[in-house]
Amino acid sequence: MFNAWLQIFKRDLLIAFRRRSEIIHPLIFFVMVISLFPLAIGDDKVLLQKIAPAIIWVTALLATMLSLDNLFRSDFEDGSLEQMTLLKSPLSLLVTAKITAHWFITGLPLILITPLLAVLLYVPAETMSILLLTLLLGTPTLSLIGAVGIALTVGLRQGGVILSLLILPLYIPVLIFATLALQNTAQGFSAEAQLAMMLAILVLSITLSPFAIAAALKVSLN
Amino acid sequence: MEKQYSFTDNLVVTNLACWRNEQVLFNQLNLSLLPENVLFLQGENGSGKTSLLRILCGFRLPDEGEITWGNRTIFSNPEYFQNISYVGHKNGIKDELTVEENLNLMRSMTTASEIKTEVVLKQIGLFKQADVLTRLLSAGQKRKLALARLMMTNNSFWILDEPFTSLDTASVVFFESLIKKHIARGGMLIVTSHHDIDLSGLSVNRLSLTN
Repeated sequence: MFNAWLQIFKRDLLIAFRRRSEIIHPLIFFVMVISLFPLAIGDDKVLLQKIAPAIIWVTALLATMLSLDNLFRSDFEDGSLEQMTLLKSPLSLLVTAKITAHWFITGLPLILITPLLAVLLYVPAETMSILLLTLLLGTPTLSLIGAVGIALTVGLRQGGVILSLLILPLYIPVLIFATLALQNTAQGFSAEAQLAMMLAILVLSITLSPFAIAAALKVSLN
Repeated sequence: MEKQYSFTDNLVVTNLACWRNEQVLFNQLNLSLLPENVLFLQGENGSGKTSLLRILCGFRLPDEGEITWGNRTIFSNPEYFQNISYVGHKNGIKDELTVEENLNLMRSMTTASEIKTEVVLKQIGLFKQADVLTRLLSAGQKRKLALARLMMTNNSFWILDEPFTSLDTASVVFFESLIKKHIARGGMLIVTSHHDIDLSGLSVNRLSLTN
């Protein structure tokens, strides 16, 4: 059962490596949007420091949405998804392999490049670790929730608009807790409560969303 | 003589109905299939052949009726689905992987057959293209690769939807002989085709769907 998981995980990483240009697109979007803010606002250290969490998090959220479109599209179109439903391992398990691979390709690079971009926005060193922690807890949640929306809309021709309407509201709690955690840290308070909430949302997404994703994919196949 | 399939049983479909876009594709459909038997589905375009096959694979839910495999409904019987090898209109192969990688992937995800990847490559005539990305193959070569799925597993129930589109004559002959071997081992097959398939010597039921 775990073998099929591993095979799909490896397959998706290999395919991503061979289609680098598509994969790198959300990352470039993330870097460009964040680096435009200091240019537009000017060298106003106080203001940039104040809005940095919001900029980074909103951009990360949009970059994740941008990257999600590819998650099931090609498998749906070339028939691999049909074949996956006939395997011994349940589809709900196999989709977690795809999402994990997807997070490694899109979420992880985003976190790795954030320290560089945070310097542009004058994020202080003590906030930096919390910023990275919120991204580490938040981006997998975004991938998992987004995958539910993608799974529902993969069979539609023009799924893009519906997708944003479906999943953006679900992203808002993550956004609020993440930015609140960063504000608290900036003001010298503890961010533990918000981080705990983010961890709770992540655990909830990991345990529940695979079933929703598998069910939604089966609806899309119908 | 090759080894017989260990997992086979009777497939019985009773009073099956399928609606699409508020139109009845078929209604009150009954069929049964025993091991070592072939069901040849015929019918015009849009008569519901593909829909029937997709229902049997579990991709679509039937609107009415029952499907049983060995007296148990297929929906409470995951082994039924695991035992299906399906080749539909979509090839189910990844364009970004090489021919050999695709074959190994088919093998690794399920109960693999004993046959070596190298042998399969030679038999389907893609040995020289083993390291070529699938994206670069011709339509017929892709189709052969999709059909090679049948050789990589030990599944005893084959469901083939227009399997021989864009295949050359030699490949058609090869896959026909593969079907005969499959049936001789106790396998089952449901196939649709607008081409003639040479199924001589096999026990074939024909079913015509009409609009």
